[in-house]
This record gives sequence, structure tokens and C-alpha cells, in this order.
Amino acid sequence: MIPALLSVILQIFIILALSPLLSGIIKKIKAFFQIRQGPSIFQPYYDIAKLLKKDSVISQNVSWIFHAAPIISFAAVMTAGLLIPIYITQLPLGFAGDLIAVVYLFALARFFTALASLDAGSSFGGMGGSREMFVAAMVEPALMLSIFAVALNVGSTNLSYISQTLSGMGLDALSPYQILAFVALFIIAIAETGRIPVDNPSTHLELTMIHEAMILEYSGKQLAIVELGAMVKQLLVYSLLANIFFPWGIASAESGIAALAIALVVYIIKIVIIGLTMAVVETSNAKWRLFRLPDLLSISLMFSFLALVSFIIVKGG
Amino acid sequence: MSVNYLFPGIIAFYLIGAASAVIFNKKDAICAYTSFTSAAIAALLGIIFSISVIFGDTFSFDLSTGSYLKFGFFIDRLSAFFILVISISVFAVSIYSIGFVREYFGKKNIGYLGFLYNIFIISMILVASADNAVMFLIVWELMSVVSYFLVVYEHEKPETRKAGFIYIVMTHIGTGFIMMSFLIFVGTSGSFSFGTFAEAGKTMTPLLKDLAFIFALIGFGTKAGIVPLHIWLPYAHPEAPSNVSALMSGVMIKIAIFMLIRVFFEFLGASQAWWGYVVLVLGTLSAILGILYAVVESDIKRMLAFSSIENIGIILIGIGASMIFFASGKTVLASIAAIAALYHLLNHSIFKGLLFMGAGSILYSTHTKNIEELGGLIKKMPKSAILILIGVLSIAALPPFSGFMSEWLTFQSLLLGFNLNESFPMIILSISAAILALTGALAAYCFLKFFGIGFLALPRSKHAEHAKEANTPMLIGMGIFATLSILLGILPFYVLPVLERIATSFTGNLDSFTFGNFATFSIPSGAISSEIISLSTPVILAIIVIFMLILSMILFLNNRKKQPVYETWGCGQPVSTSRNEYTATAFSKPVQVWFKNLYRPARETEATYSTSPFLKESFKFESNIEQVIEQYLYEPVVDFVLTRSRKLLIIRTGSIHTYLSYIFGVLVILFMYVIAGGSS
Repeated sequence: MIPALLSVILQIFIILALSPLLSGIIKKIKAFFQIRQGPSIFQPYYDIAKLLKKDSVISQNVSWIFHAAPIISFAAVMTAGLLIPIYITQLPLGFAGDLIAVVYLFALARFFTALASLDAGSSFGGMGGSREMFVAAMVEPALMLSIFAVALNVGSTNLSYISQTLSGMGLDALSPYQILAFVALFIIAIAETGRIPVDNPSTHLELTMIHEAMILEYSGKQLAIVELGAMVKQLLVYSLLANIFFPWGIASAESGIAALAIALVVYIIKIVIIGLTMAVVETSNAKWRLFRLPDLLSISLMFSFLALVSFIIVKGG
Repeated sequence: MSVNYLFPGIIAFYLIGAASAVIFNKKDAICAYTSFTSAAIAALLGIIFSISVIFGDTFSFDLSTGSYLKFGFFIDRLSAFFILVISISVFAVSIYSIGFVREYFGKKNIGYLGFLYNIFIISMILVASADNAVMFLIVWELMSVVSYFLVVYEHEKPETRKAGFIYIVMTHIGTGFIMMSFLIFVGTSGSFSFGTFAEAGKTMTPLLKDLAFIFALIGFGTKAGIVPLHIWLPYAHPEAPSNVSALMSGVMIKIAIFMLIRVFFEFLGASQAWWGYVVLVLGTLSAILGILYAVVESDIKRMLAFSSIENIGIILIGIGASMIFFASGKTVLASIAAIAALYHLLNHSIFKGLLFMGAGSILYSTHTKNIEELGGLIKKMPKSAILILIGVLSIAALPPFSGFMSEWLTFQSLLLGFNLNESFPMIILSISAAILALTGALAAYCFLKFFGIGFLALPRSKHAEHAKEANTPMLIGMGIFATLSILLGILPFYVLPVLERIATSFTGNLDSFTFGNFATFSIPSGAISSEIISLSTPVILAIIVIFMLILSMILFLNNRKKQPVYETWGCGQPVSTSRNEYTATAFSKPVQVWFKNLYRPARETEATYSTSPFLKESFKFESNIEQVIEQYLYEPVVDFVLTRSRKLLIIRTGSIHTYLSYIFGVLVILFMYVIAGGSS
């Protein structure tokens, strides 16, 4: 049992500390598969530290939106972070929003990033913003159906409650509808975090970019915030996957300090495994053409729909 | 002062507004001030009046003369809620209008506009308060005709006249169906009074009930703009002056929703579950088709009109779900879904009003509705830009703004469908939720395009370059709505109890939302089997603001030097101009490709070459999309009617003798009918 304020600060600290590490680990795993040495897993920290020391070069065309967007997006993503269980199901601010609110907070972050992409008046920015919103729109129906499948199973959209109930169920939580919904959400996670085959995070060609094209005009401190925001979002999406579908090992309100430490370790292992899977998917696929993506995301839609239907069949609706 | 005097007072102030518009017809400025100020005062009285009815007693006022001619006013909580929605909108729009009509000074007749504007509002209030079918049809017709005159206010433009024509035809088809629906009730109850309709609804045969339902749905659905009856809306709303568009999209189409609730719940008792499914499916269809056409539209007012179809769809999803729950006896669920619908209705009237006023401001200062000619307005009209951005964030359902609150509630009420424990509703409600999610994402796409292309980067035309900030009354009008959009998002615990009083007046349940610490509210526990589902938008807002403050402190305290400013990166190309910017058409192109089966885009390119076939001299690109419903549903019908009526031309000889013989012939037939005892 830890006090609420401490718990909130701890959660913020863990999210901020772990997200660059996760990115570094994924990069390292990818390098391993590509038979490269690859940068150190701490490289993202160095990058951000360096960017934070640099000045931002600002386009002459921009308005206040360009300056405000990284701040609003980052704040929205961090707010979502306080609503998602990380290593403990007891969230002092968990009452403020549920899974749907988290989805819409991510949408708020995306909206401002995309808005800023149009502000500099470059065609690359517009291209990125347009594609980002396109992918987001394709993701949304499958995402909502998966949320429904999970929420119907548990009886609530409250994330703490979902994790707690499912981890209490033990292995029974591995029902067919949970597995189907996981596959659907995994594909969605690829799209949400901008990974191959949807988007290539390490591309250097403006015409093929989605997320990178949107933030092309950012530099220095602002870029640091944008990059960190993207890493935090990635960590949070993985945490959602981990704690909705594999919640075992998560600490509950009554756990002691030792149990919390174990829960944290278990959590890190879980997200590293998800990161590993992502790296495997990324290495073994090529980026898809933008207009083939509806196919990929309809697969996800089908899985989420099957999850829902199988729930109705199993529970004998 | 008693409530009983307020109602005539409201009508009187609108009449004063109308009269002063006529009296000061020749003096534009005085005319604008008197007629719109008087409408604003009336609206304030309307707000007080409707709140006192919602929390007090039903208001009724009988004007019957003799036993035959019965008419009067009947305002219960449901009517009062709609009068509240009308009055809030009218208050802000009237203030805005004082500034907006300056555009027309010296060009158009302001007295005419002011007169029609006030009469239009009176007609809407009377529609919401009529207690009798005959009186209702008269004021409904008044509303339709006056709004037609408002649509064709700028009648010198041919497209405006065409829009007006489509509007007046469609609205009369709708009125015809409403009349048929009412006649079914009158046939059973023997009276035109609405009070007897509910009794009639109980005793009618199932077939008559179904017919009354279908006719009412078509009749009021036409006014509401439900797909496939919506075709007039994207023509009429954009052509009207923007202050009128704000009222038409914000309020008038909601009046149809009010009557749908009245007829479905109160007259017909919402007894059939399949009615609910029909409404839900039509709502879902309207939501998705409305937003799909809005996304690819580049006329800003037409885009807003399509988005109104979408939002009516979202409201109907809530009402449909509520009807499904009500028919299976789950009144708690029914009232939650109804509250979601009413909440969205209130929110939509405000943010859509705001956006139409915003579009009006853009039109006022740039004289163009074409988004491809805008750009950079955030620097030219900074105050309007912030207000419009608030509207955009609300309509895109982003937390913590108002649209988020009502969409969240709609999702929750669809999710609550699992309490029915039947597979069919569960699947239908989930599919509807998935489509609603897609709609929400596309709405964000659409309004990102609107704000991003319209307001950011560099101006794309001379019009946008010379744009000026909107004048003070316009900013005040928009400011009221922007404030309300935020408040409705973060103060649900003030709004929900009010909506609950209204929703329970027709769903009749007693469980209520529970409100906890930190402005949390939870779904009534009677509605869900297990756990709490709670939300607190004020807390979300507070966390976001705290993070923003910390971040901006880190960013700006760290910033000692002046930030270097440089050109936008253009791949090494020379200085970027507005010609390098992404266009609105390109921005929404992915959606057009994705849904090419729906849009059936046709493109035409034309290039001329100089000397070598690799050097283009000029290039012309034209792209059009089809309005599927108009082309494949309406055009065949129109063609059919036109060809048949052309065949009937043979009886029109042009000779007066022939016509007289027709009249004689008809008279003879009628006499024979009467003599044969045909009529009883």
C-alpha cells in the first residue's frame, strides 16, 4: 500500500524512464536479426539528452499551433499513462477515465501532431498528417470492437478493473475471445506505434514517411519532446496489450514493497517480449503500400469481430 | 414574475424584433440592432422559462374558441428542453448576427432578413409547444416556408435558387408523410389534440402502429436529414446566410428529433423492438455516409452541412438504442441511451452553431467558401481561429471537450446492450459502435483538414491574404458558444441531472447517475451487472494542464537565446510558397481511394506540352465524386415522374372550352357519386 501521490509520481517516473529503454531494446533486437552490431540500448536516452541541449530552428511560416502541439500531445499521452495500469492495478487517478478515454486521449495527441504538420506549409508535412489520420481512421473500428470484446468479458471498460479481474481469473483468462481480441489489438498496436508494415520508423525518404513526415519541421528541444512522446505512447500501447491480455503478475492494492518490485520486473519482461515480437514482425516484413493497408486492418477488424461473436457464442448470449 | 407571463413575453419580444425590422427597413444599422437585440432578449427569457419548466410544472395555455376550434400550448419537460436548445442557440446567433449582417449593408434588405429571422424562431418555438395536430401542421409549415425564404435570401445566385427548390420539395414530401401519420392517430382517437394520441397509440392495431411509425419516421426524418432523405440538407444549409445556417443546422433539424421522440415514445409507447433497430441502422448509416461526404468536401459550409447529417446519425444511434432497451423493458438502460442522445443533441447545436458562425466569419472576411483558397487565417484572424479551434476539437470528440462527453456516453450505452442477454442486439449494437468509432475518427480527419488547411501555413489566395478579424459582435457570439463547448465537456455533473429529468419524462425510470468526489460520475448501478464505469473530464483536463505547464516551463526556461527562424524544409528546393502546400483535396485523397466504390470518383486530366513531351506547359486536373443516393435513388424517380407528366400534356390543349368541359365533367361525376349515396 503506497500513498496516492507517491504512486502517481512513481508511475510517471517509470513511464518516462522505461520508454526510451524499450525503444533502444527494440532497435537492438532488430539489429541482431539484421546481423548488425546496432547502437547501445541506451542510445535513445543520449539522443534525447542531446536534443534537449540544442536550439530549435523554427520555420518562418508557423503559428502558435506549431509551438503548442508538442506540449499538448505529450501532455495528452502522459495523461493516458496515468489511466493505464503499468505494474500495479491500483491507480489513484484511474477513476478519471477508462479504456475509451485512453483511446481518445491518444486521438487528441495525434490530432495536434497532425495539425502541426500542416503549419509549416510543407507538402511533406501535409502528406504525413493526412496518412496518419487515414491510418488512425482505419484502425478505429477494429479497436472499438476489441474494446467491446474485452469489456463485455469483464463487464467494465475501467482498465484497473479489467487487469485485476483477469489476473484474478488465472489461466481461465485465456479464453478464445481474449486470444482473438489480442491478435486484433496486436495488429492495431503495429499501426498505432508506426511500425513496419504500416510505417517505417527509420526511413530517411520523405515520400514514404508517415509519422516522421509529420514531425519533419521539428528540431532541438521540441523534437526531443515529440520523440519522447512517441516512445511513451509506444510503451503505453504495449502496456495495454500486456496488462489486458497477460495481466498475471501485476501487483494489486494490497501488495507490499517486495511484491511491487517483482511486479515491476514481470512488467518489464512482458513488454520486452512484446517488443521482441514487434521486432520479429518488423524484420520479417517489408513496408506495405499505403493503399494496401486497408487489407491489413480489415484482417484486424475480422479478428475483433470474431472475438465478439465467439464471446456471444461461448457465453450463450 | 410567474412563468405564465414569460411565454407570451418571449413571443412578444420576437414579434417586436420582427416588427422593428419592418419599421426600420430603410436604416440598415438600426434595423440590425433592434431586430437582433430583441431576439437575443427573447432568447434570454426563453432560457429562464424553459429551465423553470424543466424543474417545475408543465405549462399549458388554452386558446380554444368554441368546441370545434381547439388549440393551445402544451410545454412539458421535453418541449422545454427543446425550447432551451433553441433559446441558447438563438441568443448567441442573434448577437453574432448584429455583426454578421454588416456584410449585407447597402446590398441586401436587412429588414427582410431580420423579419424572417424572428418569425423563423417563433415558428420553431410554436412547433415545440403545439398541443394539437392542426396547429402543429400550420406552424410546421410556417417554419418550412420561412426557412425556405431564408435559404433563398441570396436569390440572385442560381445555385441558391436550385437549393431552395430542392429544399421546398423535400420538406413538403416530409409534411405529407407527417400528415398521414397524424391522420392514423386521429382516425383512432377522433380528436386532433396530442393529448389523446397517446391513448390512441395504445388501442391501435399493430399494423396501424407500424404505419404510423414509418410515416412519422419518413416525415420527420426528412426534416432531420436522415440518410436517404437528407439530399436537401447539403444544398440548403450552405446557401442560407451563415447565421441562419447556424440555426438551421444547430436547431431546426433537432426539432424533427423532438417530434420523433414524441411520436415514438409518447404516442406509440416504443413497444416494438424492430422500430428501435430501424432507427439505429438509419442512424448508423447517416453517421457514416454523412461524414464520408464531409471528409472529401472542399466547400466549408457544405462540409458542415454533411457533418450535420453525421451528427443527427449519432443522436439517432442513441435514440434507437434507447428504443431497443425500452421495448425489452430495460428502462434504466433506455434512459441512459436517451440521455446520451439528448446530450449529443445539445452539444451539436452548440458546436455546429459555432462552426457555422466560424464559416460565416471566414466568408465575411475572405468572400470565399472554398477551402483551397484559404490558409494562414490563424495569423489574420487570431481570435476567431481560437474559437473555431474549440469548435473543431469539440466536434472531433476530443477530450475534454463537449463532443467527447456525449460520444463516450453513446459508446457506453451501446456497450450496455450486453445486459439484454440476446445475441442479435449485442451484435447489432457492437457493429453500430464500430461504425460510430470510424465516424469519430473520420470526423477528426475532416475537421483537421478544415482547420489545418483553412487556418495554418500560408494563404493560398488573395482573398485569404487580405482577410481581417471578425468584428466584435461576431466574436462575442462565437465566444459564448466556445465557452459552452468547454463547459459542457467538463461540467457533466451539472448537465446530466437536467438531461435525466427530461429523459426520464419519457422513459420513466428512477435510477440516476451517481456523482462522486473529483467530479466523477458513474453509470447507474442498476444498469450494469458488476463494476463501476466512471469518467471525470475535469480531472483529465486538470492533469493535461498540469503536464502542459511543467513542460512549457522546462521548454521556455531553458530557452535563453532567441529561436532561430528559417525556411520550411522543401528538399533543397528554393523558398517555399503557398503553391508548395498540401491541398485539401490531396489531404482527404486517401479516404477517397479507400472508399472509391462509394464515391465513384471521375477524374479528367489535360496537359499541353511545349517542344518536348517531357516538359509540361500547362496542366489541368479535374476530379468529381458522385452523390450515390441522389444519382441512383432520386434521379430515376424524378425521371419517371417527369416522363409520365409529359405524357399527360395531351390533355392540356390550351383552349378554355376544353378546360370548362373538364370542370363540367368532374361536376357531373361528383353529382352522380353523391346521388348514388357514395358518401355517408
